[in-house]
Amino acid sequence: MTRQSLDIKGIGKAFGGDDVLKGIDISVRAGEFISLVGMSGCGKSTLLRIIAGLERPDRGQIMIGDTDVTGMDPSDRNLAMVFQSYALYPHMTVRDNIATPLRMRKLSLSARMPLVGRFAASADALKDIDTNVVKAAETLQIAHLLDRKPAQLSGGQRQRVALARALVRSPAAFLMDEPLSNLDAKLRAHMRDELANLHRRLGATFVYVTHDQVEAMTMSNRIALMSEGRIEQLGTPSDLYQRPANLTVARFIGSPAINLIPVEIATNGAIGAYGRDLGIAAARSHAGQVATLGIRAEDLVPAARGLQVQVERIEMHGADRFVHASLVADASHQVTMRLAASEALPSGDDGILTLGFRADRTHLFAADGQRMAEPSRRELVA
Amino acid sequence: MSAVAEIDGAATATVHARRTAVERKMMRRGFLFVAPAVLLLLAIYVIPVIVLAGFSVTDYQLGALSTRFVGIDNFVNAFNDQVFMRAMKNTVIYALIVIPLGVGLALGVALLVHGRKRSRAFWEAAYFLPVTATLVAMATVWQFLLHPSIGPVNAAIKWMGFEPVSFLSDPSLLIPTMAMIGVWQVLGFNMVLFLAGLTAIPQDLYEAARLDGAKNPIDRFFTVTWPMLGPTTLFVVVTTSISAFKVFETVAVLTKGRFGSEVLLFSLYLEGFEYSNTGYAAALTLIFLAIILVLSIGQTVHLDRKVHY
Amino acid sequence: MSRLRSFLPHLVLAAGAFVVLLPFYWMFLTSIRSPAEIFDVSLWPIPKDFSAGENFERAARQVPMARFMLNGAIVCFGILAVQILTAVPAAYALAKLKFPGRKLLLTLVIAALCVPMQALALPLFVGLARAELLNTYFAMMAPFFLSVFAIFLFHQSFRSYPDEIIEAARMDGFSEMEICWGLVLRGSLPSLAAFSVFSLVAHWNDLYWPMIVVTDINLAPPPLGMLFFADVESGANYGALMAGAALITAPMLVCFLLARRHFIAGITMTGVK
Repeated sequence: MTRQSLDIKGIGKAFGGDDVLKGIDISVRAGEFISLVGMSGCGKSTLLRIIAGLERPDRGQIMIGDTDVTGMDPSDRNLAMVFQSYALYPHMTVRDNIATPLRMRKLSLSARMPLVGRFAASADALKDIDTNVVKAAETLQIAHLLDRKPAQLSGGQRQRVALARALVRSPAAFLMDEPLSNLDAKLRAHMRDELANLHRRLGATFVYVTHDQVEAMTMSNRIALMSEGRIEQLGTPSDLYQRPANLTVARFIGSPAINLIPVEIATNGAIGAYGRDLGIAAARSHAGQVATLGIRAEDLVPAARGLQVQVERIEMHGADRFVHASLVADASHQVTMRLAASEALPSGDDGILTLGFRADRTHLFAADGQRMAEPSRRELVA
Repeated sequence: MSAVAEIDGAATATVHARRTAVERKMMRRGFLFVAPAVLLLLAIYVIPVIVLAGFSVTDYQLGALSTRFVGIDNFVNAFNDQVFMRAMKNTVIYALIVIPLGVGLALGVALLVHGRKRSRAFWEAAYFLPVTATLVAMATVWQFLLHPSIGPVNAAIKWMGFEPVSFLSDPSLLIPTMAMIGVWQVLGFNMVLFLAGLTAIPQDLYEAARLDGAKNPIDRFFTVTWPMLGPTTLFVVVTTSISAFKVFETVAVLTKGRFGSEVLLFSLYLEGFEYSNTGYAAALTLIFLAIILVLSIGQTVHLDRKVHY
Repeated sequence: MSRLRSFLPHLVLAAGAFVVLLPFYWMFLTSIRSPAEIFDVSLWPIPKDFSAGENFERAARQVPMARFMLNGAIVCFGILAVQILTAVPAAYALAKLKFPGRKLLLTLVIAALCVPMQALALPLFVGLARAELLNTYFAMMAPFFLSVFAIFLFHQSFRSYPDEIIEAARMDGFSEMEICWGLVLRGSLPSLAAFSVFSLVAHWNDLYWPMIVVTDINLAPPPLGMLFFADVESGANYGALMAGAALITAPMLVCFLLARRHFIAGITMTGVK
């Protein structure tokens, strides 16, 4: 396998005065599966297209292995890309679609011409190409579809053809631009598994662009979460989930979305919300600041003391339940709690519930959105 | 129980009656709406085609007192008629020049124009201008341009040191000259069709081809552009050949159909309207119609496909 | 090298455009040159002796140029009006009403699309001659009163109009005519505009049919008038001849340059739509 590392160094790009990428640095290790994730317009697709060579960066450098490819034509980079639309050649059979990258590399220009080409091509080269095509098709279980045209295939099958076309020539890295977004939910979950398996089996370098945090979380070794042309955080999925670097990351990762509660930090470091002491403390240096406290839905538990909420709606999800509630102190502020289905909900007849949490499972963000030192538990002064 | 059932049944019956009343009303409206078009369709298309077929097996002449049934004599005569066969041959030669040049050059221009961004509208307009212009008037201009002694084209040829070419008096040059004017006229039309076809090709495919290793523009042309333009090209070839077989104006203006420039439609015009050989002209018309219909099948298939998708 | 490469397409296009536009330029140039300069083959745009007035005057005096233009306008707009009046209700009925024979009519329309006017000229001519209607505006317009292409095009465009709106309009008490002209056609204005351009250009430029049914010079539309004029001048005065040609092509060229998008859409609609 010719897998390679990929170095993205200080990439900047502007479209008509709009800074789309503002200096991106990512170092992708050989064989790593890295996801670029973010809302649409965050620059992730542009970054992928710059890596592919389809766009030219205004500044910065792209290295594949030890080679600087920044000025190179896409065809010389030995990268494979799977497009959102799959971009299969509609007039070619599946076999010819998969063979195209090999034909371009292994046959001379005259042998590639339509009609006359087949007389100029050497039989050995053609046979070699066909062997590779069949092998790639078998890897993706589409060998029985080789003589069909893309129009005769289902969405999932087209997806596999696009993957086969990418892997047939052992590229330095695979680039994928939202490859699953055109599939229905069930197939998407299935293809997620297959992609992860494929990555394990090939051990190849994958750069995967998606706006779907679930895809990024389930498949990646590392995730680069992007927003407004910057990388907000680069880390493993559990890093991003358990230690979000800032509010943007905290909001983006996790479903249901993280609960965010505005808090004040007293001079002694005690953290309070809506005038109530929450029983946790921030570092003394933060005293007097206004901040935001983030708590994941599963970290909220019914307790004797803490936040008082009014239960509004309970969503059954099978194994667990989402309890949607509003703060008693501010009815417009929603919180969501995740409970196992078997767990009873100890709310009174009035639907009022008191929620507690563990100090080490909370996230504190300063007014500028950056993560602050983790709060510590402190005895409540009643 | 049964009373309820009866009421139910009665209700369905009235609903049914009402629905048929509505349907009948809609039918009447439908007939009313299509009536003028149907009458015109009969008067302009159906009856004339039948009458035409009738004429073609008679020796009918406009204004003649008696008419005889002659069977397929008119058709036999047509194929023995030297003038008509020459017209047929000339038209085919004309088409064989206009189709490849009119399609090939239009594709070339379209590919070049498609790549331009700011100047695209300008080039599009420049090449499309002859399509809108009145061909009769422009043929007169061409006559002047190609004039052996006072035309600028021959002046340029002389300046380059060659003998002047008598484009419009040498019989062997008449058809090629008019074919060139035909290409000039059809180029912009075909270019616009090709531009529409090019615009419809997804950009993804070009990008995929580049990543697949198609660095050379020739490779990208044969991997993406040419196959994706297939349906457009077929359609352009069909429309160009139909218009080539209908060449008339240039002949009417430039040569009046004199020796060496006889073409299908002009012979038809002469026989039918100048010499009043209605029966014979009808037979020629049917031959002309048959050629156009064969060519049109491609066009209709194209249009029809658009109906279903 | 790379600069040459980026200029090359422009260079090729410019060379092609020179050939394509040369007749227009030459026509214009000759129409303002004096007849004495006829042997001047230079492309220099300023004539030594500016005689536009003389040439155009001669063109207008030799033949009734204004009359040709008026004839052309009458015929073109007459044809267009009847075409729209007959095609719109028919297309609406085919697209939105159910009646027996609908499929057959649609098939006939598509079949008729393949039949060129030139193939019908002979029987139509005989019919009009028998009815003693030759040399009339009616004879020039009649064969084009029904445009099967218009029916086909409007049918395509009307079909996409939502049925729910039509049903709602019927319940609100709109008559079927009001629905057809006021609602459904309004949703297809781009098609109507494109078809109008298509029809006007086609009939302004048509020579074949007027040449058959018109011998009276006072009824001639522009192309036939141009042919008469060319015969009268027979190469004697190219200045006047080019002035005439310029007059006849001018309306379409000016409209084209003013509404370029619509023209291209209209004329090529047979292919693109």
